Amino acid sequence: MTATQQPPRDKDGRLTPAPPEWTTRPAPPFPEAAIKGLENQVQRANLRHATGTIRAKRARVVAEVDNWQDLRAAGEAIKNRTLRHLDQHLETLEASLTRAGATVHWARDAADANRLIVDLVKATGEREVTKVKSMVTQEIGMNEALEEAGIAAWETDLAELIVQLGHDFPSHILVPAIHRNRGEIREIFREEMGVYGTPAPEGLSEQPPELAGAARTHLRNKFLRTKVAISGANFAVAETGTLVVVESEGNGRMNLTLPETLISVVGIEKVLPTVADLEVFLRLLPRSSTGERMNPYTSMWSGPTEGDGPQNVHVILLDNGRTNALKDPKGREALRCIRCSACLNICPVYERVGGHAYGSVYPGPIGAILNPQLRGVDNPIDKSLPFASSLCGACAEVCPVKIPIADLLVHERHRVVEEKKRHQVNQFEPAMMKAASWVMADHKHLEAAGTASSLAGKLLPIRTIGPLPGPLSRWTQNRDVPMVPAQTFRQWWQENRGSKENHDERA
Amino acid sequence: MSARDDVLARVRASLTDVTEPDGPVTNWAYGQPTPMADVVARFDQTVTDYKATVVRCPAAEVTREVVRGLAETGAHSVVLPAGCDEQLRRTLEMAADLTVRVDDGSLTAADLDATDAVVTASAVGIAETGTIVLDHGPGQGRRALSLVPDRHICVVRSSDVVSDVPEAVARLAASVRDGRPLTWISGPSATSDIELSRVEGVHGPRHLWVILVDG
Repeated sequence: MTATQQPPRDKDGRLTPAPPEWTTRPAPPFPEAAIKGLENQVQRANLRHATGTIRAKRARVVAEVDNWQDLRAAGEAIKNRTLRHLDQHLETLEASLTRAGATVHWARDAADANRLIVDLVKATGEREVTKVKSMVTQEIGMNEALEEAGIAAWETDLAELIVQLGHDFPSHILVPAIHRNRGEIREIFREEMGVYGTPAPEGLSEQPPELAGAARTHLRNKFLRTKVAISGANFAVAETGTLVVVESEGNGRMNLTLPETLISVVGIEKVLPTVADLEVFLRLLPRSSTGERMNPYTSMWSGPTEGDGPQNVHVILLDNGRTNALKDPKGREALRCIRCSACLNICPVYERVGGHAYGSVYPGPIGAILNPQLRGVDNPIDKSLPFASSLCGACAEVCPVKIPIADLLVHERHRVVEEKKRHQVNQFEPAMMKAASWVMADHKHLEAAGTASSLAGKLLPIRTIGPLPGPLSRWTQNRDVPMVPAQTFRQWWQENRGSKENHDERA
Repeated sequence: MSARDDVLARVRASLTDVTEPDGPVTNWAYGQPTPMADVVARFDQTVTDYKATVVRCPAAEVTREVVRGLAETGAHSVVLPAGCDEQLRRTLEMAADLTVRVDDGSLTAADLDATDAVVTASAVGIAETGTIVLDHGPGQGRRALSLVPDRHICVVRSSDVVSDVPEAVARLAASVRDGRPLTWISGPSATSDIELSRVEGVHGPRHLWVILVDG
């Protein structure tokens, strides 16, 4: 296709498959969306199988690493240190990238970033781009912005291709088509591939190798002719201006290597100070995400390389709410996230409701804190997300950078009710959440609260508490509140299961 | 205000609670080896785990093993990177039913797509993870070479095999600081996107054939 040729359009007059209708409306808040997710039997079965499998793989490869807890502590410390002086690291990154021959752009928000991307693509004269799977380009709605500007953006990760051709939306950070099974994928490929490029082969079966083969053929044609590619980055090294992309299929390498122009959108929290820091994150990430010792392909590049790969290299450094999160010393911890998705795979809530219920590109426990941090808590979805959790704490235990997700959920709940307080007279809920936040912040607080409440259990000979007064009455309409037991769980554990050594270690 | 100044100003305004400079980096000691009995044997095992083929041989037999690898993977055409071993090039050029192209930078993606195999050297091998790293120095080729052809025959020197990622990053830091791109390869291209069944070979080479050279 030459630059002057108009790319083909589908029956709706679009260059790429239309996204699902429900994404063009404001998403319903979590409690409403969760019901829809729970009713989807195929999705529930797929998720149970998939998250169970990845959980087991992750546990196995994490157990192989003797110093896993030291690695997590190092990951946490490096990220904290970087975030606390983010301005300096960003200036170093900009200088290194420029020295390496890349052109650096800055974007305050999605609109800034999309405008830059559209202008950069238009300047090449091309009307078609290919993409490496990237959370940040989804966060800014880049594909739709390009479509509106008359540019077709093609997903090249197999799962993202399934989602895009299926007029669907990703439901998992790492395996976006986790909610689809092989039969559905075959139908999507048969019906849609031919509309936008090389059709699926005749007699395509449901076997995963055949389906992957169809994607290989469909996309190879696009890789070989596309002149512009767009990527995100897993890490950006300030010292050298090096961007890092980890992937499995080689679609990342295709995009990073074959085109003439490469545009990378990088969230400002992705920066790492030095090359040496990569040793920590390249061990934490693959084991936490896919449960592999290492992902099949990792690419690193610092600007253009003569005679090898794209010669026009652009990097867009994006805020889009990250400085909102940075402002909150507690919420800042969410910015350590390296998008591994271990917290999704372990979450009992995510496993049942699926990723779409979270109304955002970041689903699961991390989405429930990241979205309100990035976007604020004044809209119905983000207000509901901190409550989309049982606070079981499993997510924090698997997090490779030790984000205390459950504590942050309680912190976000407190923010939500504080926000509500400004609009209504109910003073009870904010006080309760503030108290809960204090109790959850420290194990000594939790033990003191437990001891205090168990006193009531010892003194009162009743089994359930009747209807509660005031705003809590709505909750007790349908539930019995059991009386507080005479002993806290921690006291019981200490007496029955705990050993002296464990206790000493904790203290 | 420019977007740059705006974003940096917001970052600074968000960090007013941070008053003291950073202390020492972390308690982490960088570049430490991971203890293991035999790094080369472990590398052999972990690369094999990824369904790649590993062949161990002395330096004198590398050329013979390359020829065997090409035959076993069914390659009829091969691309060699600039700066590859002269003796290897001459041997392959003399082989019957094998078309040899030496990359002078003019081969297009379509040319590479029409080539069955590539033979490259490598910079580092990582035993714990079964990873081969190319820093695209002489004999390793530009990045597209080890990506587009369907079979990758890769020569790894035992002396370049290290225990784990920290040692590898320490060894490769100079290449990164020189601005060289790096490609880390752990087994053939693979996907698990369809019901988590692992399928080898999506866009990268579907066959990885590793010649592990003693010494």
